[in-house]
Amino acid sequence: MVADIIFYLFATITVVAALGVVSVKNQVHSVLFLVLTFFTTAALFVLMGAEFLAAILVMVYMGAVAILFLFVVMMLDVEFASLKKEAARYLPLGLAVGLVILFEMVVIITQIHIEPGAAAVASDVPNTLEIGRVLYTKYLLPFEIASVILLVALIGAVVLTFRDRKLAKRQSVSKQHARTREQAVELKKVASGEGAS
Amino acid sequence: MSLSHYLVLSALLFTIGIFGIFLNRRNVIIIMMSIELILLSVNINFVAFSRFMGNIDGQIITFFVLTVAAAEAAIGLAILVSFFRNRATIDVEKIDTLKG
Repeated sequence: MVADIIFYLFATITVVAALGVVSVKNQVHSVLFLVLTFFTTAALFVLMGAEFLAAILVMVYMGAVAILFLFVVMMLDVEFASLKKEAARYLPLGLAVGLVILFEMVVIITQIHIEPGAAAVASDVPNTLEIGRVLYTKYLLPFEIASVILLVALIGAVVLTFRDRKLAKRQSVSKQHARTREQAVELKKVASGEGAS
Repeated sequence: MSLSHYLVLSALLFTIGIFGIFLNRRNVIIIMMSIELILLSVNINFVAFSRFMGNIDGQIITFFVLTVAAAEAAIGLAILVSFFRNRATIDVEKIDTLKG
């Protein structure tokens, strides 16, 4: 009974926060609503017994992805009001498409009947241990590929945003090595009492 | 809590994501956030099925979806930043140079 109340509470917060993401005017508020959506979803994951994924969701999504969005929103100096101007024009179409999709999905969900699996009751093995046992054996290759994808994303993001600023003072190793003694040093005989000119 | 409760919640989130793309179809940042919402709804589906079918594989797939979503957000925002640097706008309707 308590689990039911908690589920409905978190589900309501999730849906309201998701609506906030797509409808508020201020972009920063939009990102903060996104954080709220992720957090309540993490709570729902805990309710479903997936503690490991809940922790990952909080760390990766709230800690990294949402903050990345926040950085970009604050870094780009965009006039967001002008982008919002024609939103009302697309509202009826969006509502129609959304309602049709929702109707179809709810019809399908209420029609299907899924037999619970044999091990549907929570086992005594902790969730993280259970995931670890499968992830490093059965899913070893996808796991390695996922790490390569993250590496590609890391390098790609750096390459895409790197810009070679000509005015910035930076060490040029090849130029330094190409310099000879003649270019750098000049010897002068200074007569006494006259000084160098 | 039955499986269909979670599936309806996920359907609602998916619909809100689609709706967000329609409503903010000129602002790339909101469109990317809507995509994140859609991926989140997919994750809820996977975890719910994993829980109620008693099969851990769904949670592993969610793990990979999270990985790809993080990579997608990083690359997408990097493209956005370099686009903004060149054109000083993030209006989707002005990103049409390749149209010819």
